[in-house]
Amino acid sequence: MNAPDPAATTASPPHASFAARAHVALADDGLRRKFRRAMDGLMTKRAAQFADTEAWASLRARGAAIRRRALARLPELLEQLEANCRKNGITVHWAETSAEADGIIEGILTRHGVRTIIKGKSMVSEEIHLNHFLGEHGIGAIESDLGEFVIQLAKETPSHIIMPCIHKSKEDVASLFEAKIDGQPYTEDVDVLTATARRVLREQFAAADAGLSGVNFAVAETGTLCLVENEGNGRLSTTLPPLHVAVMGIEKVVEQLEDVPPLLSLLTRSATGQTITTYVNFISGPRKTDEQDGPREVHLVLLDNGRSRIHGDLQLRETLACIRCGACMNHCPVYTRVGGHAYDAVYPGPIGKILTPQIEGLGKAGDLAHASSLCGACGEVCPVAIPIPDLLVRLRREASHAIPSSSVMGAGAQHSAVEDWIWRGWRWMYATPLFYRLATRMLRLIGNRLPASLPMLRDWTRVRAKPQFAPRSLHDLARDRGYHDE
Amino acid sequence: MIAVPEKPKTVYFFGTCLIDLFYPSAGLAGMELLRREGLRVVFPPNQSCCGQPARNCGFREEARAVARRQIRSFPNPWPIVVPSGSCAGMMREHYAELFAGEPDADEAAAFSERVYELTWFLVHVCKVKLVDRGEPVTVTFHGSCHSQREMGVRDEPKALLRELDQVTFVDLQRPAECCGFGGTFSVRLPEISAAMVADKVADIETSGADEVVSGDCGCLMNIAGAMEKAGVSIRARHIAEFILERCHERA
Repeated sequence: MNAPDPAATTASPPHASFAARAHVALADDGLRRKFRRAMDGLMTKRAAQFADTEAWASLRARGAAIRRRALARLPELLEQLEANCRKNGITVHWAETSAEADGIIEGILTRHGVRTIIKGKSMVSEEIHLNHFLGEHGIGAIESDLGEFVIQLAKETPSHIIMPCIHKSKEDVASLFEAKIDGQPYTEDVDVLTATARRVLREQFAAADAGLSGVNFAVAETGTLCLVENEGNGRLSTTLPPLHVAVMGIEKVVEQLEDVPPLLSLLTRSATGQTITTYVNFISGPRKTDEQDGPREVHLVLLDNGRSRIHGDLQLRETLACIRCGACMNHCPVYTRVGGHAYDAVYPGPIGKILTPQIEGLGKAGDLAHASSLCGACGEVCPVAIPIPDLLVRLRREASHAIPSSSVMGAGAQHSAVEDWIWRGWRWMYATPLFYRLATRMLRLIGNRLPASLPMLRDWTRVRAKPQFAPRSLHDLARDRGYHDE
Repeated sequence: MIAVPEKPKTVYFFGTCLIDLFYPSAGLAGMELLRREGLRVVFPPNQSCCGQPARNCGFREEARAVARRQIRSFPNPWPIVVPSGSCAGMMREHYAELFAGEPDADEAAAFSERVYELTWFLVHVCKVKLVDRGEPVTVTFHGSCHSQREMGVRDEPKALLRELDQVTFVDLQRPAECCGFGGTFSVRLPEISAAMVADKVADIETSGADEVVSGDCGCLMNIAGAMEKAGVSIRARHIAEFILERCHERA
């Protein structure tokens, strides 16, 4: 086999605004159709799982409470997790930044003389750009999740956190496999394509010196790592090679084993509409003396990368309750139109719009907070009730105002004097009744004669007729008809 | 869940800034429907805008100054009926956070509790009975995001339409999906907004309706504007206007 190319890097697209990237995505009709179809399907499946609204509300309240309780005790739970993992024989590492996490993982692998690792799905490994880093150090990382495998072959980044290659059709995959895998003819037969991936990956599983995985939940009271998956590749990645490295964001810790079932139920049903995934793996340490299989060594890397800072702000802390189900993106009308790549972020969609600006700073990613009509679909479906729309508004404020007490990196980075003046004028008009009457009278007189070429009207009228000012305002008509209380 | 108050003698009417400038007939129809239920309707002349545009953009002080003007303009303890789920949602759900720590926070909270969306108020408080005097027509309904998600108004408009004998109600395929207006969203990201409204128009066309009604003039401005530009001859108007015309004479 000649692929996947382990040193392949998922190059980041050239820096541009969200609007510019959305422009490109919107021009791709095929892409729009694929996302529409996929998201419609996912919404239907999820809705079927939560048809009983009372049961949904109660499970959601339970899940939300579990996450908030864990976050409230985060520092002590992490210490407990560390102690119990050590007791179980898992080596625990702390990484404050992406670079530190990369360095720690590379160090572990190098000490063991590892040349190739096989990876289960891990968004945190995307966050720290691990594959790229390891590639630079001569270590090949092979993605074993089918979706991740496909995009690694295509040298792309995931466009969804649960379904990384949702932007690809089976025709795309057929062409890709034909081009990249030796002896593979073009076929749209999904079974054949899957079998091909399985064959290629089996060789990789057997050859890999180490396995790397993410963590869905880490249980503090028992030192257990919990992983969900459907393909069995996660289990192979974490048991077949002699060394297993797990990497997780520090917010993924929960207090006790009892917390896991409700969260799992919320996670799988929200994500793919499955009651449960094919595999749920509980990893409690390396192979014991009387055991037949499993890695000889297990390492856990705990990544901060801005999470402590987010945790320190009680409102923004809500962001960390996320269990990465992706339901917010499945239901987001903006995500559905532009797809995940338009966000130019590891975490796209609504959760990405609040998480990315907090991790990367408002200077780089502040415009993502505006990539929403605030329709509220994301907050409505969030299984742990993260108030995403409110957090978007909060970040919009921090982006445009240089607030000294702000806990967000780059507060005020998107400040614009013009916008300040617009809102100052708006306030003056709407908070002063006399001025409001004069201004609206003037608008009604000249409004319909304003040329459609004015900046804001130009964009509006590209696909819509110009709204027509009414000859008389409701204020005038209400007075005439005796609705005034004077 | 919003508790259903006793039917009052007098209500305030909040007209919304879009209705004031672009769709006054929707406001008049809303007031007329309430008046025909035996209520005295008061339209305070100093009202203007709920403050939502500034709040949503992160300009809290500006939003609060305008919100404060509204609070002062509705001093009596009467219910405030709003022909827009979006503005009602702003006044009911977001003033508390906007006024947190302010000296008039209690006043703002008391104001918020009096805010109701028009169709909800007609159904639950007025318990309106509608007699259809119109010609047969097929109608669909577009519910705004905030009326559905912030005000919990989901079935009320449809219940009103279903009371009309000559009206065939058809639902949209994606009744809960945003039309792409989103206030400043449509200005900041016009292309995405355009893609969203195009899909909404297609949904409306597929429904086979002769007419689309909504409880929010923001959405209507977007949807009707897109239909007009695309040459789609489906009438779009506020549900209050539609109901009033079918049951009574024009306002």
